[in-house]
Amino acid sequence: MPHFVQYVYIISAAMFILSLKWMNSPASSRRGVAIGSLGMLLAVAGTLAGFPELMGGLSVHNWTWIVTAMVIGTVIGVPIAYIMPMTAVPQRTALSHACGALAAALVGAAEFYQSNQMHEPLAMFKMIALVIETLLGFLTFTGSLMAMGKLQEVLPQRPITYRGQNFVNFTLFSIAGVLAVRLVMVPSDTFLFPIFSGLALLFGVLLIIPIGGADMPTVIAILNSYAGLSACAMGFALGNNLLVVAGALDGSSGLILSIIMCKAMNRSFTNVLFGAFGQMQMKVGHTEQKPVRSASPEEAASILEAAQSVIIVPGYGLAVAQAQHKIRELYDALTRRGVNVKFGIHPVAGRMPGHMNVLLAEADIPYDRLVEMDEINGEFPQCDVALVIGANDVTNPAARTDKSSPIYGMPILDVDKAHTVMVIKRSMNPGFAGIDNPLYYMDKTLMLFGDAKAFVSEMVKELPVRAAA
Amino acid sequence: MPSNLEMALFVFMLATFVGLEIIRKVSPLLHTPLMSLTNAISAISVVGAILITGNERATDLTKILGFVAIVAVFTNIVSGFLITDRMVKMFKKKPQAAGAEVHK
Repeated sequence: MPHFVQYVYIISAAMFILSLKWMNSPASSRRGVAIGSLGMLLAVAGTLAGFPELMGGLSVHNWTWIVTAMVIGTVIGVPIAYIMPMTAVPQRTALSHACGALAAALVGAAEFYQSNQMHEPLAMFKMIALVIETLLGFLTFTGSLMAMGKLQEVLPQRPITYRGQNFVNFTLFSIAGVLAVRLVMVPSDTFLFPIFSGLALLFGVLLIIPIGGADMPTVIAILNSYAGLSACAMGFALGNNLLVVAGALDGSSGLILSIIMCKAMNRSFTNVLFGAFGQMQMKVGHTEQKPVRSASPEEAASILEAAQSVIIVPGYGLAVAQAQHKIRELYDALTRRGVNVKFGIHPVAGRMPGHMNVLLAEADIPYDRLVEMDEINGEFPQCDVALVIGANDVTNPAARTDKSSPIYGMPILDVDKAHTVMVIKRSMNPGFAGIDNPLYYMDKTLMLFGDAKAFVSEMVKELPVRAAA
Repeated sequence: MPSNLEMALFVFMLATFVGLEIIRKVSPLLHTPLMSLTNAISAISVVGAILITGNERATDLTKILGFVAIVAVFTNIVSGFLITDRMVKMFKKKPQAAGAEVHK
């Protein structure tokens, strides 16, 4: 049967497209995952079965190597999928970007050496694709590992900056670029390849260390895009259109997500990557002590109970405190009393796009209660209580009014327009971003000091007692 | 007849536009599972890894690099699709047992 593999690949590419299309609503999303995995199965099976067709009549060798690797990958992958807590999803995502990028880079390297060993001439366009594949692959590999380290808090979350950082990065990248051009012109200069790879690996590290934890949603999205593009470049190198399609889908997905994240922070790509955001904020730092009003769990619970409508605004602090299940209890307790409870979700709340939605869905909060920023903002003026849990910058009214604020212009959730604002926070310490939040000093704001999880559970305890009394 | 490169560029251009259009319509609720799903899909580089490793004339270096690549990418395929499924399963519309009356 001629070109049987190509037909399998066409079907598999169509399945990938459908798979992403069905992610447009939660109702069809499971179908999307199912057809995506079917497409992958088909692609792997088709490649093994149609190997001779793809490789000019040669049949598959080294079965032991291939099968062993697949078994090891599966043995590692299954526990990751089931044991990983939802709060650790950003780390897992960064890790999987690293794995995918590493694979692309290694395949690129293998092809380069194999062709040189066999003295097969490398056509210029193939060599260009190989160079892009390895460059993106290696830099995404180390970059994602750094991002993962920051998310896991093995590495400091604050930006690591030093003088002349951008100059060093630029120089390194330029050297890598020159080596890349030389390799494309003279592929037989194999000794340059390890230097080139090393520079790419180093560049990935240097690119990510100056980026702070709060910028992780954008960074993860950009790394997602790079990982996809490296797979895409592999498609060009191998002349395989399925790889080109799948890689382009991943690349464009990462691109769109990073654009959404950048918009939600009112920043540009270059600013996120080279802005050294941290330094700007250090100057703003310590302001003098201003009076705040605080409240106990009992007081807070009685205010919530008396409210008609409550909007809860979650942030990264919720993930840190693992408070999502307690919040579900609070949601249930209030809903049972006829309070209309909604959640206002800022696009960059948490450490990756959509992080809060996954956590709250894990706690069984129905997804029609999770409302995006643009939709919920009109509701704050009519809302009795806005309850901020572990979120800071995304509620900072200075972003609207204070031109000197580093976050001026960033779209925020207008919690300050609610009748009463309650903020659960450990202490008055500004977060690591160090930006003071005028919201905390408003007359209608009550500060609820404590660990998010502990505080919410004490409020929940108050609610049934009152009902019985 | 267009060359392989030209065909691949053509496919790349179309796939990018299709991707941009489709992803734009994905609900922001699902951005996290979307990312893990696209990540699993981009593990399609397994095809390249298999072709490299399965080559009759593969050198030892190629076999080792290919082996590591297959391990890495298979981890992504398996954990990527499974964890995405685990996530999207959690998105439910109405709570089944969340009390009697819900005021609007």
